[in-house]
Amino acid sequence: MELSGLGIHDLIKMRDKGEVSSGEILDSVYGRIDRVESKVAAYVTLTRDEALKMAAKADREIAAGRGKILSGIPIAIKDNMCTKGIPTTCASKILHNFVPPYESTVTSRLIEAGYVLTGKTNLDEFAMGSSTENSGFHTTRNPWDTERIPGGSSGGSAAAVAADECIAALGSDTGGSIRQPASLCGVVGMKPTYGRVSRYGLVAFASSLDQIGPITKNVTDCALLLNVISGRDPLDSTSAPIDVPDFMADIGKDIKGLRIGVPKEYFIEGMDPEVEEAVRAAVRKMESLGAVPVEVSLPHTDYAVATYYVLATSEASSNLARYDGVKYGFRAEGRDLMDMYMKSRAEGFGAEVKRRIMLGTYTLSSGYYDAYYKKAQQVRTLIKDDFEKVFRDADLVLTPTSPTPAFRMGEKSDDPLKMYLADIFTISVNLAGVPGISIPCGFTRDNLPIGLQLIGRHFDEATLLKAAYAYEQSTEWHKRKPAL
Amino acid sequence: MKYEAVIGLEVHAQMLTETKIFCGCSTKFGSEPNTQTCQICIGMPGVLPVLNGKALEFAVRTGLATHCRISEYSRFARKNYFYPDLPKGYQISQYELPICEHGFVEIVTDGDVRKIGITRIHMEEDAGKNIHEGGAYSFVDLNRAGVPLMEIVSEPDIRSPREASEYMKKLRAILRYLGVCDGNMEEGSLRCDANVSIRPAGQKEYGTRAEVKNINSFRFVEKALEYEIKRQIQLVEGGGKVVQETRLWDAARGMTESMRSKEEAHDYRYFPEPDLVPIAVDGKWLDEIRASLPELPDAKRKRFVGDFGLPEYDADLLTSERPVAEWFEEVVAAGAQPKAASNWMMGELMRLLNEENRPIDECAIKPEQLASMLRLIDAGTISGKIAKAVFAEMYRTGRDAEAIVKEKGLVQISDQSEIEKAVDDVIAGNPNEVGRFRAGEEKLLGFFVGQVMKKTKGKANPRMLNDLMKKKLGG
Repeated sequence: MELSGLGIHDLIKMRDKGEVSSGEILDSVYGRIDRVESKVAAYVTLTRDEALKMAAKADREIAAGRGKILSGIPIAIKDNMCTKGIPTTCASKILHNFVPPYESTVTSRLIEAGYVLTGKTNLDEFAMGSSTENSGFHTTRNPWDTERIPGGSSGGSAAAVAADECIAALGSDTGGSIRQPASLCGVVGMKPTYGRVSRYGLVAFASSLDQIGPITKNVTDCALLLNVISGRDPLDSTSAPIDVPDFMADIGKDIKGLRIGVPKEYFIEGMDPEVEEAVRAAVRKMESLGAVPVEVSLPHTDYAVATYYVLATSEASSNLARYDGVKYGFRAEGRDLMDMYMKSRAEGFGAEVKRRIMLGTYTLSSGYYDAYYKKAQQVRTLIKDDFEKVFRDADLVLTPTSPTPAFRMGEKSDDPLKMYLADIFTISVNLAGVPGISIPCGFTRDNLPIGLQLIGRHFDEATLLKAAYAYEQSTEWHKRKPAL
Repeated sequence: MKYEAVIGLEVHAQMLTETKIFCGCSTKFGSEPNTQTCQICIGMPGVLPVLNGKALEFAVRTGLATHCRISEYSRFARKNYFYPDLPKGYQISQYELPICEHGFVEIVTDGDVRKIGITRIHMEEDAGKNIHEGGAYSFVDLNRAGVPLMEIVSEPDIRSPREASEYMKKLRAILRYLGVCDGNMEEGSLRCDANVSIRPAGQKEYGTRAEVKNINSFRFVEKALEYEIKRQIQLVEGGGKVVQETRLWDAARGMTESMRSKEEAHDYRYFPEPDLVPIAVDGKWLDEIRASLPELPDAKRKRFVGDFGLPEYDADLLTSERPVAEWFEEVVAAGAQPKAASNWMMGELMRLLNEENRPIDECAIKPEQLASMLRLIDAGTISGKIAKAVFAEMYRTGRDAEAIVKEKGLVQISDQSEIEKAVDDVIAGNPNEVGRFRAGEEKLLGFFVGQVMKKTKGKANPRMLNDLMKKKLGG
């Protein structure tokens, strides 16, 4: 297999034995990009020159015996995380020319760990969407079927990992934006516990829900990457002052007696039968590995999507106020200040972003606040309580990640509500702040990947990774590659 | 009809922290535009605020000093509005759960002590500044963006412009005692908005209020309120109605003007700030802060009245600035009689200091030196009148009173015979006036005394001189 097709831990092994250099790994990855990027369109910005410098530096450090865990590993970053001196656009026209003079905490940690940046990946504008069709620049294609969307909003990162255009990637997840595209692209994606990973430098969509996480080719790589990016950050008050365990420690341990909650509310009408079948088969597989399935109930699941769209849009309407044409980014000329504001925002933002800003402005307005925002916060508490109750009877919860496999481009883009339902299984996790991981669990007859989601207790990513690894190792799904 | 004014003040106080409230930028005043900024205070994408612990401490100190309840659980909120000097499009402030609530300060008007309630004190960040220099574009200076502010909101307990001014002075004194704000209204580190309404005297219900903004000098607090109260009374007496609105004080024209009506008021869409965790105040920390508070103006004032027997008026004035109060206490500690010390400080010393706008801690005279001078007066070595000249010399040079008196030969003449001789000379030299005096023109006494003082270069003991003169003239 080509180097670009390998995972992080495979390459680390080869690198540490001196079998491969950072330069060679990067050559392979960029060779792959040169061949398939025109079909996948995963990236917004390719940073080839920067990558060459970083790989050369990694090789020098390795030669000097100062190699680090990720030395020479090419990783793609979703284009809503700030990278110093490198454009960070959020796939929005309003930030098309924005070059941050600072580094996000996650990428700072990757730099310290020796990583090589392949480029910045495409997303739905400001991470608002489930298909990358809301990107202000272009739609990314699903490597398994380029007529289909890769999911979103981290569709660029998931597609880049699936197409071997990088070894791993970072995404961000506000309502499913890591797990849903990971599922649709047949890769591993984790949203860690809220507060596990610093948000400093992540361009905010909904601050109380956003969380950065890894998108990788296998569970081991996910654990490895999570080790690097996790931990308290003095620059992010909401990052948790909680010790970070070694997420590799439980990888490979057995899952005998592990209670796996299967919530009845997650197997709903309208769900793709092939998805349901694959997920039910996965439950049986886990059982065969010694896990104990238990039926559980998350009774407030029905309210999750509505709750999410009130809270996320409320926060977004405020978070996106800074894009006003005054300080940076796109500015339209106007007759006066108000005219400049209105034109800059009207022309700079895409339709979905504007829709959400309007929705959030409305739900925070005086006279409506109690009926929407406040009520949604109360329901959020109930949803969180649901999980707490379930975790008395189960060690983790297993659900489908997405109700359907990858849909066709344009299939849902005219119907925002239909699009919002793509995240129906992932949204509760963000509202509750608990960790969730999506791993491949099968393919449809059309050879489209299906993902399953495991949900864990607050700050118990280790159990998720242990179970995910056990399942992964008992299947072959993660070894399949798209024929591009 | 007689009307009563009802006034509540919202005071913004810039905190004297070294760095901004949510980032590490300096808060120094007067630097080149946009040189004290970073990605956080200019609101770049992806950045996050982190609370400056000092700002929290300063707000808590202020809350304790104004008898507030310090909230165990408090949080920040976003106040959303668009303006070029507001880089994030929202101000991080506090809304539902402010850090301090339910306090009061005491003010003294006409010798009476009154409590003015404090509704709340909350923390927030300042905005930047728009600069208009003409031309097609305006400029924005964000040096001030993120400087920590306290908003101190009073109850509508204030009943006159005079009380409002006293309240502002007292608040300023407290803030300066605590070292949390320099209280400079002219430089904008202390700003005041007023909610004003009127009602017929005796009525319980409040009238419709107008908010008066832009009162940016101590001088204008009373003026702006007097104008606004008069405006409302005239309006009502003319059959009109006060409308709820925001009005701007125009200092140049000495009037308030409507800025926006209630209908045009912003909807700030407040909601809890998700980028900051709620503040839980630790009881032990609170005790430490409480223990570290200095003696505050009210306590000092009461002590000055109780321990030193000073009138309320003197005590209030002397305690309005901590360094003045401390200076006074040092004079008294050096043995001076408190009322005499107070008289000299509030009279001569303040006059001289005010003339050149010099703070008391830069005064050439040391407190012990004033005490020594007061001893010379008590001992009869110099007269009060001579003392004024000596004091001016001390102020100019920082030398001791004794040295000046000795060098210039200013020692008071208390020798009976010497004064008597001068008195006799003056009586002999002015027979005309002596006649008039004896005919009943008693106010001429001053003339005779003045003549003797002239002869003795002011050194004659005034009491002895007076007695002698009366006796001789009467004889």
